[in-house]
This record gives sequence, structure tokens and C-alpha cells, in this order.
Amino acid sequence: MIADRIVLTLAATAVIVVAGWAYLRLGDRALAALPRGAYRRLVPWLFAGPAVAMVLLALAFPAAVTVGWSFVDADGGFAGFANYVQTLSDEVTRIALRNTVLWVVLLPSLAVLVGLAIAVLAERVRYGALVKAALFLPIAISAVAAGVIWSFMYDYQPPGAAQTATLNAVVTALGGEPVAWIVDTATNNYALIGATLWTQAGFAMVIFDAALRSVPGELLEAARLDGASEWKAFRHVTLPFLVPTVVVVATTMTVTALKAFDIVYVMTNGNYGTDVLSTVMYRALFTAKDNGLAGAVATILMLTVVPIMVFNVRQFRRETGVA
Amino acid sequence: MGAARLRAVWWRRIPVHVVVVGVAVIWAVPLLGLVVSAFRPSWAVLSSGWWESFALPGDYTLENYRRVLDRDGMALSLFNSLAVVVPATVLTVALGAAAAYALAGMRFRLRSAVLLTIVALIIVPIQITLVPLLRVFNLLDLTGSFLGIWLVHLGFGLPFAVYLLHNFFAAIPRELFEAAEMDGASRGQIFFSIVLPVARPALAALAIFDFVWTWNDLLVALIFLGGFRDVAPMTVAVSQLVASRGDGWEILTSAAVLSVLVPMAVFVALQRHFVRGLLAGVSKG
Repeated sequence: MIADRIVLTLAATAVIVVAGWAYLRLGDRALAALPRGAYRRLVPWLFAGPAVAMVLLALAFPAAVTVGWSFVDADGGFAGFANYVQTLSDEVTRIALRNTVLWVVLLPSLAVLVGLAIAVLAERVRYGALVKAALFLPIAISAVAAGVIWSFMYDYQPPGAAQTATLNAVVTALGGEPVAWIVDTATNNYALIGATLWTQAGFAMVIFDAALRSVPGELLEAARLDGASEWKAFRHVTLPFLVPTVVVVATTMTVTALKAFDIVYVMTNGNYGTDVLSTVMYRALFTAKDNGLAGAVATILMLTVVPIMVFNVRQFRRETGVA
Repeated sequence: MGAARLRAVWWRRIPVHVVVVGVAVIWAVPLLGLVVSAFRPSWAVLSSGWWESFALPGDYTLENYRRVLDRDGMALSLFNSLAVVVPATVLTVALGAAAAYALAGMRFRLRSAVLLTIVALIIVPIQITLVPLLRVFNLLDLTGSFLGIWLVHLGFGLPFAVYLLHNFFAAIPRELFEAAEMDGASRGQIFFSIVLPVARPALAALAIFDFVWTWNDLLVALIFLGGFRDVAPMTVAVSQLVASRGDGWEILTSAAVLSVLVPMAVFVALQRHFVRGLLAGVSKG
């Protein structure tokens, strides 16, 4: 079986490369036989056509169908907003909505805070590269592996037993009682958001790090010569330059928070009041097998990202001048 | 000037060190705990914390990895991940590059409409597409097949791919294309002999990004491959291990280490490309 997989990987890759090359080469040559005007009109679609078709088939059409189904009842009749009313009046969905709001508030603000702080402060210590590496590595770690890592960090043994998990060992060493971080409803949502922050803060740091290089050094020097403290120089010179970057990081993290699924699925499977919209939708789809309900939850999720989508498109138009 | 003044007030910099060291410790300790635990025998993991193993040198073993790999389908899952990720990544880069060239280098009707739609679709939560896609896949018998999941990853990965490469291609000087056209080169020739070679760093950046991204995906694999053990990739296999709750931390941690190894190696070896891709993809637009 393993040999099969290796052969499949190599063969598929070769076929894709050769087929792609042949398609563009032969298509280009065939179109070149046409009059010049027709060639110019058609050749962009030779190149863009496959990607556009895939995006329409895999994203745009299914999304439209989902929105449509959210208005259909289990028997296929028109349901109006019944699915929405049903899901929104369900305690589970309301908890998920509350948690999603918590994610959307905390994850972007903490990612900006940690990413910006380390990007700025790592420049000022000799071991800065090491610190950056520590934040950077978890970027490559899947939410599944991060789920294992943090479940292990948060693990709980009853008081008196040996605390073999890091966090409770620290808590008991400081004289506290061990906390069931993942089960206790006072801590578990923060625990999940913290685990996600651990995988995401590196992204924020890398982006801030690059943005800091665009801050004119002369301005900072001038501020320091005028007697500004490091904090004042940061606050009044550096920070204004970083505002667009803060917006970029915050919107990216907001989308990450809205889509959060993997880490919740692995660490709690939505139990103990940790559901988010994605896990509710997953269960509506696979446990309850209710397309209308799953569609309604997915549509609610979709609506929450629309403002960011509009913002991104406007930003893109402004920067590239695309009408 | 700065150095002298900073040295004069070194004690005022203590908070800086506290914050930086504190964050570094919080970020490094979980990873350290994972790696150390994955090499400890199960009796040790049950009775003491991973940090205590430093006091008992020689207390490490490869047994956990042997047990994980002996598990039904675990070793296979590693290669399933490769069979999912490599073709999906190549497909995404290939179709993305062709489309980005058309959008950045040619003028045609609907060009802005296509471009703006793609920018808008980058952040669509894929959850909204899953129900109808799964229906169609069941109808076409694509669920549980590699072809099926390549197509899903392709569809979901393309908006970002096109966007990222468009940003790169748009920065290639137009004179380069125009000179080639003067010489009678067709669009296809320009694409293969100018655009692709010039854009190699961009393609590498996208490929690494996509590779790590697809390797780490759980949701798509769960839905389109999840029910089929013999094609399940690493993320699904590890999450099933966690869900079954039958194993000690030494097994879970070594499985997690195995699942992280490949993307981590790719990422560390090629991080410069990765960072460039990240910056072009996020902060330019």
C-alpha cells in the first residue's frame, strides 16, 4: 500500500505537469491559427479558464446552493426562515455564537499584542533571533498536533496525585489547586483560544517585523534627539506607521477565529460549552444529517465574514486601481 | 549615542527582558514537552512530568514510535498525506500561475470582475460549500478518492494562489512582455520562457505555503476522506487516535511528532520563501 501511494504521488505529479504543459502549448498554438483579434480575446481564457471554472464549481456554486438549502425544510419544501429560527433558538447554537464572539474578540487582539510586542522588543535584546524562532516554529504545526500539544499542557490529575502536565504542575508548585482547564467552563474557551494563539502569533510577528522595517529611521532618530523616550518614539512615530498592518493582521486573525474548527474538534469536540459555529455545523451535517439546518449555520457563518470581504475588495481596488 | 544612553539605564530595560523571555518560554515549553514526552516510556509519562526526565538520563526510548507505526494504518497515513498534498499543491500552483498570468499580463473583458471575485472568495469559510460538494461527490463516487480531495483542495486553494501570484506577476516590468511580443512570441511562449522563470521565487513561496496548509488540513480530509481508513491522511489518523482516548500521552505525543515532521522540515528548510509568500499574500493587499 505504501508503495502504491508513492507511485500515485509521483505519477499524478508527472501527469499534472505534462498535461498542463501540453494544454497550454497546444491550446496556444491552436488559437494562434485564428485572426489576431480573436487570439487576443480568447487566449486569456485559455489561461484563466481552468482556474475560474474550478473556483466556480468548488466554491461559488456550492456556496449559493447552501444558502438556498438553508430555506428548505427536511421534506424539500420551502421553509422560509424556519431553519434559522430553529437553530438560533437552540441552546447549542447560542452557546456557539457566544463562543465565536469570544474568539473573534480575543484571538485578533492577542495576536496583534504578542506579535507586535515581540517584533518590536526582539530587536532590542541580543537573543532576539531565538525568541522569534520560538514564535515562528508553531506556524508549521497543524491544529491537530497543536491540539495534542495543548491537551497535554492542560491535562488534569485530581489534587494529591502527581501533576504530570506542565500547567497544573506550575499551579500546584505555586501552592494552588489543580485546574481542569479543558472541562471547567470558566477556563476552557480561553484555553482553546490560547492554544490557537500559540499557532498564530508567529504569523502576526512576521508581518509586523516586515512592517517595522518600513518605518523611516531618520524620523525615529529625530524624535530621540528631541528627547523623546523610547516609548514615546514608539507611540508617536512607529505606531502610526503600523496602523495598516494592525488592520491586516486583525482581519486575518478574525477570519481565522470565525473559521476555527480543528482545534476545538480535537481538544473538546465541542463538549463542556466550547462549541463554535463550525463544530455545530459539522454535527448538523454528519450527526443530525440535516442539510437545511447545516446550511443555515453555514450561512450565518458566511454572513459574519461579509464585512471583511467587502473591506478586502475595496482595499485591493484602491491598491491596484482595478475598477 | 543610543548605546551609551541605553547602557546607562540598563535596569530600566528589565521589563523588556521579562516580557521577551516570558513569551519565548511560553512558546517553547509546549514544543519541548511534546518532543521529550514522545521519547519517554509509558510508565515514566504516567508517574512524572516530562521535565523530571532531565534528572533521570537514559530514561528515553524509541519504543513509542515503533508502537505508533505498527498501528493499523499509521505509517500508511504518512504516505496518504503525501499522496494528498503533493499533487494538490502542484495542481494549485499550475492552475494558479496560468490564471494569474492572464489576470496580470493581459487585458480582456471581465478581467476585473474575475479578479475581484477571487479576492472576495479568499476568505469564504469553506464550511459553506461542504454540504452540496459532498452530495455531488457521493453521486460521482468521488468521496474517499484521492482525485476527489485533490479537486477540493484545488478549488479552495486557488483564490489565494491566484491572488498571491497576481501580486508578483503584476510587479514584473511590462517591457519584458512587450519586447517579447515585438519579437513575435505568443502568449504561451512568453508564459513558459519569461513569466515562469522570472517568477520562480513566487512559485516556490506559494508551493511551500500550500504544502504546509494542505498537510495541516483536518476538516476537508475528515469530510471527503474521513470515513475511509485506508486513505486517511496524518491529521485524520492523529485526531482519531485522540478521540479513541485509549492511549497514553507517550503514544499521542509521538504520533503528533510524526505528523509534524514533514511540514516542519519543509518549513524550516525553506522558511525564507515561506516568509516572502506570507508577506506578499497578506500585507500587500
